[in-house]
Amino acid sequence: MKRGGIDIGSRFVKYVVLNDGGTASFYKSETGHNPLSVCKRLISSDKPDKLTATGYGRHLMEVWDDIQAITEIKAVARGAKEVFPRCRTVIDIGGQDTKVVSLRADGRVLAFEMNDRCAAGTGRFMEIMAKALGYAISDFGQVCAPDNDGNITINSMCTVFAESEVVSLINKGVGREQISRSLHLSIAQKVIALSKRVEVNEDIVFAGGCAKNRRLISMLEDSFQKTIFVSESPDMLAALGAALY
Amino acid sequence: MSKDYKDMWKGLGLNIDAHDGLLSVLTNAYTNIYLSQKERPKGMSYFDFVISEVHGLRIEELLNAKAKGKKIIGTFCIFVPEELILAVDGVCIGLCSGADVGSDSAETHIPRNTCALIKSFIGFKLSGICPYVETADLIVGETTCDGKKKAYEAFDKITGKVYVMEVPNKKSESDMRLWKQEIRQFAEKLQAVASKQITPEKLREAVRVVNEKRAALQRLSRLRGSDPAPISGLDALLINQISFFDDPVRFTAKLNELCDELDQRVKDGRGVAPAGAPRIMIAGSPMAIPNWKLHAVIEAAGAVVVGEESCVGERNYRTLLDDKFDSIDQALEMIAERYLTIDCACFTPNDERLDNIISMAGKLRADGVIHYSLLFCTIYMMESYKVQNSLKEKEIPFLRIETDYSSEDMGQLKTRVEAFLEMIKGA
Repeated sequence: MKRGGIDIGSRFVKYVVLNDGGTASFYKSETGHNPLSVCKRLISSDKPDKLTATGYGRHLMEVWDDIQAITEIKAVARGAKEVFPRCRTVIDIGGQDTKVVSLRADGRVLAFEMNDRCAAGTGRFMEIMAKALGYAISDFGQVCAPDNDGNITINSMCTVFAESEVVSLINKGVGREQISRSLHLSIAQKVIALSKRVEVNEDIVFAGGCAKNRRLISMLEDSFQKTIFVSESPDMLAALGAALY
Repeated sequence: MSKDYKDMWKGLGLNIDAHDGLLSVLTNAYTNIYLSQKERPKGMSYFDFVISEVHGLRIEELLNAKAKGKKIIGTFCIFVPEELILAVDGVCIGLCSGADVGSDSAETHIPRNTCALIKSFIGFKLSGICPYVETADLIVGETTCDGKKKAYEAFDKITGKVYVMEVPNKKSESDMRLWKQEIRQFAEKLQAVASKQITPEKLREAVRVVNEKRAALQRLSRLRGSDPAPISGLDALLINQISFFDDPVRFTAKLNELCDELDQRVKDGRGVAPAGAPRIMIAGSPMAIPNWKLHAVIEAAGAVVVGEESCVGERNYRTLLDDKFDSIDQALEMIAERYLTIDCACFTPNDERLDNIISMAGKLRADGVIHYSLLFCTIYMMESYKVQNSLKEKEIPFLRIETDYSSEDMGQLKTRVEAFLEMIKGA
């Protein structure tokens, strides 16, 4: 039986199909203004026998075709556990949410915390800041200044305010490598603050699109003083978890 | 509504267009949230009727009572003793404060970072859409939090009707002395406003009426402890909200009729959700009418809310008042003592609240507790950490929610609540 998991996020729709032979296919497409049509296109390209939806838009699928839905918290925990069987904590930075999920030894969710209502310190924040500094998102974080270079801090977590802070730093002539470092640091600090409200046990898995950012991974490793595990496709973990449900 | 009340509303000085707008929003919300529920008890039809006439027939009743010389006393808090109001033949009414209305006008008097409930009662008044405020002869405030305490100063400037009772912040002997004095002064104030003397007979009758109302609400709460739950949390919340502005004797009779029906449901094993559906208890800030947001999210996700550890809920009816007094003086002392048993978060240290939450969760067979605080409701937000720790000791799942009346956080709220339910089901 082919099992599908579709994760309808605020920025991208991720789709995983687990084939009979044990192989998996991954698909990803921008969510855009009509997520349901994106989902339909992805599904028809590789039809599964059973489908589970997750992510911010999970109920769209439920309404459309009575497709079962689970939250991205449960899904990402399941996906992370599959790839890293010793996983006890998942840090997930998605397009508009940041979550820290604490897992029991058997993989069930023990507790979770997520940001409240705005996109502070999320993937969307990263995108906007990368753009303000003239980086492609895939390059963002690759060319940060070293930790001991200068003492620039970004104080605001609000995307709008932080962007104006960045603009004023640029106009003061501060190098973008330095600004980039402090932006990454501010996101890492936000994750640390969130993680203090749940139990953080090893292994720690970093999921979501932002886990492709090497600088963020190393900053989190420095802060936790622990190894952070990242899969080859960290943005696919919730979709994988849904497929496994 | 059964008839056209436009002239009555105009007479009260309401803004008719804005008021029409409010009624149509409320009617839509009620239809979507309430009337779409499955397996509703038949007895809810009375409460549906009350809601449909909340700005119509009920206001007409109040105006008729006023015409007969009765005084309408508006309140915002369960510390205001309804017994004393009834003992001067007054009518006790909870005022409008549960919807995001007139925030921009309210913010000309109070800061933006004020809790939604406070902003709402000022916004309702300034928008000219609360017939209760206009009908009231006296509005009784209290000092249960800094926000309300200071907002009453502004509210008095706007309405000219506010009287404030000082609720102490501790429960020592000197606090009790202060509170007894406040109760005596309030009794004098009521007698002056109503031009009536409180007699032991009148007060005894008032105590009986209020006790019977509380006993009926306790009965409803006990019935919600059954699995499957015989009534939805939304409906039970509505009944608790209505308990603040319906006629108390009629309300009690109708609630007892409903409870008879629920008794039968329990015997038949019939519920609003299948047996074994996750059972959630809410603890924290009050949910004034028409604030149904959190219950709606929880129950749409397949769980059932089985209790509210809240002023609009258990805190309001937990304790009855002893009516075995020989004099007014003695009665006032007993009233003061009864009201100071309330475990409001305005007290420090208030550890009895933690015990009450644990015992309630047990009686209601709750699978988890959601602590609900209105944003900027500092005292309940603060206590949520103590609640979290004491529930953790008992291994009762816990979720903290901070929100307001807006719908901008609905997506994240749903995710949180659904993930919490998944956690409970997986446990």
